[in-house]
Amino acid sequence: MSETGDNTGVNSEFPYLKEGDEVIAVQRGPEPGGAAGAWRAVFETMRGLKTTMARLIEGPVTAVQYPEEKMPVYPRFRGRHKLHRFEDTGLEKCVGCSLCAAACPADCIRVVAAENDPENRVSAGERYAATYEINLSRCIFCGYCEVACPFDAITMGHEYEMADYNRGDLIFTKPMLLADSIEKTPLRREGE
Amino acid sequence: MSLIEALMPNLPFAQVGFVEATWIMIVKSILIFLVVFSLVPMILIGERKLLGRFQGRYGPNRVGPYGLMQPLADVIKLITKEVFRPKGAVPFLYLIGPALVVLSAILTLSLVPFGPVIGDTVGLYGIDVSIGILLVFAFGSFAFYGLLIGGWASGSKYSFLGAMRAAAQLISYEIALGLSLMGTVLLAGSLSLTEIVEAQDKMWFIVPQIVAFVIFLISAFAETNRPPFDLTEADAELVQGYMTEYGGMRFGTFMLAEYMELFVISALGVTFFFGGWLGPGPDWLGPLWMLLKTGLFVCLFIWARATLPRPRYDQLMSLGWKVLIPLATLNVLVTATLVVVL
Repeated sequence: MSETGDNTGVNSEFPYLKEGDEVIAVQRGPEPGGAAGAWRAVFETMRGLKTTMARLIEGPVTAVQYPEEKMPVYPRFRGRHKLHRFEDTGLEKCVGCSLCAAACPADCIRVVAAENDPENRVSAGERYAATYEINLSRCIFCGYCEVACPFDAITMGHEYEMADYNRGDLIFTKPMLLADSIEKTPLRREGE
Repeated sequence: MSLIEALMPNLPFAQVGFVEATWIMIVKSILIFLVVFSLVPMILIGERKLLGRFQGRYGPNRVGPYGLMQPLADVIKLITKEVFRPKGAVPFLYLIGPALVVLSAILTLSLVPFGPVIGDTVGLYGIDVSIGILLVFAFGSFAFYGLLIGGWASGSKYSFLGAMRAAAQLISYEIALGLSLMGTVLLAGSLSLTEIVEAQDKMWFIVPQIVAFVIFLISAFAETNRPPFDLTEADAELVQGYMTEYGGMRFGTFMLAEYMELFVISALGVTFFFGGWLGPGPDWLGPLWMLLKTGLFVCLFIWARATLPRPRYDQLMSLGWKVLIPLATLNVLVTATLVVVL
């Protein structure tokens, strides 16, 4: 009576089984009590002690020394948002279309658009985002804003350390989203 | 001692093996108290470090080098916390609960021998009483009053349940503990702790009394409320039992008492089964040997804590009454017979 399928020969033991029934052997522990039970209790205790002693000799394996050592993230990890500029001209990619705000299920993005001054352009398009705020205390990091954006102006970054003391400090404004993060989150390499 | 006898001449005092000058006794008691008092934080950090290593973690390593200042940080935190008393608590009893527990641990400490008499002037122990073991049990049972009063006076059902469990558990295991030590008493022919140690000059009592040692060990877990027999605390079901309603340094006092008791019971185990201060080297090395052996014993407690799950309450009781007490009785009978025959 190993795993499944063949159950010929077990019918005398289990009369309710029909030919072709799938049989799953359920392991049951031996009955407690008695001399055998006492021996098992002692033996299992010793085995447990051996296990923990092996961990002691092996040394710590699981812990990541967090503030010094950070968990690396996958390339597609959805962390804090970033706004982008064109690398050649330095103009903002965002044109203030508010599609991200429309796509946001948590309703945490606020965009106020304004016309570009041709002399002193902020973005590459006709309009630009005069105000761009993301309330990170509401954001669910679903990445829909990234998908909705027609100009790849907003992407999800890798940063995940966003704890703060005030809720107000969690509303990220445009300059904060445009700036490079101070610390780079380690990336997981291929195959890691 | 002579002063007390002079003041109260007709009281029946226990015989004392060796008496020093009063000032030596005072200095000695302060010294022993301070040493053990400062050992408690070491046991604390050692336990947390070792527990971590046993579970594949690092343990505390943030405060100070290797996290060694962690107990200090804990104590500062506990001291600066608000002192409060629950509305339903009985004021006076609620206050003396922790005090009684810590008092019992310190009283037992006075009987633990750390070494022999050095140069006919100073005995390296608190006091050497001819009925040492009886006093150990008397003072040890004292702790249970602290737990019971503290738990009952808190006016909380969890505390009450924890206190009741503590009472039942301590009473049950006290018997097994006492009977397990009777074998060593029979072999040594004395109730005095120093004489029991000296009787182990040729062979430690762990060899002839291995059964008694196992019983002592199991009962010691129950007596000190240490995991796996921490049913009085049982964080999962009773939220720390009798300690639930205590906070700040009162909670800290309970913890202090717990670790002191751990030290005391380890020291007693070493005294009764591992030859106490006996070891190679001159006499004055005795306290070092004692502390070393006790430290190893404490590590054993921590090892068991990291490994074993807590049994059910009825399992604990049936182990105590149905297994340990008969076994301990049998052990005493066999030992007595052998001592008479051989």
